[in-house]
Amino acid sequence: MYSTKYVKAKDLSIAASIVTDAEDGKFLAGGMTLIPTMKQRLASPDCLVDLAGCGLTGIEDEGATIRIGAMSRHVDVAESAVIQREIPAIAGLASQIGDRQVRNRGTIGGSLANNDPSACYPSALLGLGGTIHTQNRSIVAEDFLTGMFETDLDEEEIIIAISFPKPDKAAYVKFPNPASRYAMVGVFVAKFPDEVRVAVTGAGEDGVFRASNLEAALNENFNAEAIVDGSVSSDDLMSDIHASAEYRAHLIGEMTRRAVVACE
Amino acid sequence: MTNISMNVNGNGLTHEVPDNTLLVTFLRETLGLTGTHVGCDTSQCGACIVHLNGESVKSCSLFAAQVDGAEVTTIEGIANGDKLHPMQLAFHENHGLQCGFCTPGMVMSAIELVTKNKDLTEREIREGLEGNICRCTGYHNIVKSIQDAAVKMS
Ligand code: FES
Ligand code: FES
Repeated sequence: MYSTKYVKAKDLSIAASIVTDAEDGKFLAGGMTLIPTMKQRLASPDCLVDLAGCGLTGIEDEGATIRIGAMSRHVDVAESAVIQREIPAIAGLASQIGDRQVRNRGTIGGSLANNDPSACYPSALLGLGGTIHTQNRSIVAEDFLTGMFETDLDEEEIIIAISFPKPDKAAYVKFPNPASRYAMVGVFVAKFPDEVRVAVTGAGEDGVFRASNLEAALNENFNAEAIVDGSVSSDDLMSDIHASAEYRAHLIGEMTRRAVVACE
Repeated sequence: MTNISMNVNGNGLTHEVPDNTLLVTFLRETLGLTGTHVGCDTSQCGACIVHLNGESVKSCSLFAAQVDGAEVTTIEGIANGDKLHPMQLAFHENHGLQCGFCTPGMVMSAIELVTKNKDLTEREIREGLEGNICRCTGYHNIVKSIQDAAVKMS
């Protein structure tokens, strides 16, 4: 690994100013992507600012929404009584990320800031229509997720919390890659009083996306049978050594059916 | 360089390390605790698992500096003098290892599994070992060892 400077920031404004002043500074949350990437020399930040001392934890029930501190680890989310009660789909999603050791370190804020096209959390953010809160502003999911590994965050902007509206029902079902446990396809279905939202991760060439024709079918009839074979096109889907675009299209339909069944 | 203090296997210590030192490098090369292994470059194998404040983590994917002020337990720290930890004993008695390379990580992972959930089903054990790779045993005896230890530890 290239050499780097490590700083544990005491508060957000210190953290932001260190990254602004550095040549190529990066915020460090759980490090479960960043550190392996640095080990492979695929990233070489000259300065790492650890957010662990900035107090961005805590999970709160705010009535219509749940607010999760950005440094909440996957294990915290998976085991949170509030989340299990109010939006169990998020707890379930968190309990399937990576492996236990990754869940003991990895954070929701870090995962969303990275916006990996195969990560699970972006589908919950988009599927539920959640909001990202930074030290400066609030950003709705559609504006925040701007493409594969891309978000609307400015360089010195830090996610402090994420809020998720409570749906009537929701479920997340993924087809994990057997080695990495990343989603080869993951589908988050959320049913609200006025709409059904379907967000797909692991498959889109531009990262997570909403499957509008599946949403239309489920708005009409919230039933697994509403998803007929061939209703997902393979255009704009990823094709790689793990799966072809056609196979991913098929999995999207199947994972959506399973998620709808899991909502019942 | 950063000054770090931590408690490793019950001993408080302070060291100055380069900022990019991984916890596993610190344990193995600075402290000589070579029971914690490095089996991969991709954070997948789990040979490097140690406990950080009682929870299992992959020490190859953490900077030593992040762990400042924490309590770390490695495979060297779980036996009670000459008396093996029940999990170590169970691996010994159930032939839960062949070459032994993955074993320290398996044992550390398994201790957390059993401590968090006493009534583990076989499936839960297999899923709980997602972060550990063994190239020798085919896992059957590892699972058997953990089932045996779970009974003895309860
Ligand atoms: S050496 Fe840490 S996971 Fe392989
Ligand atoms: S016993 Fe050889 S790798 Fe597990």
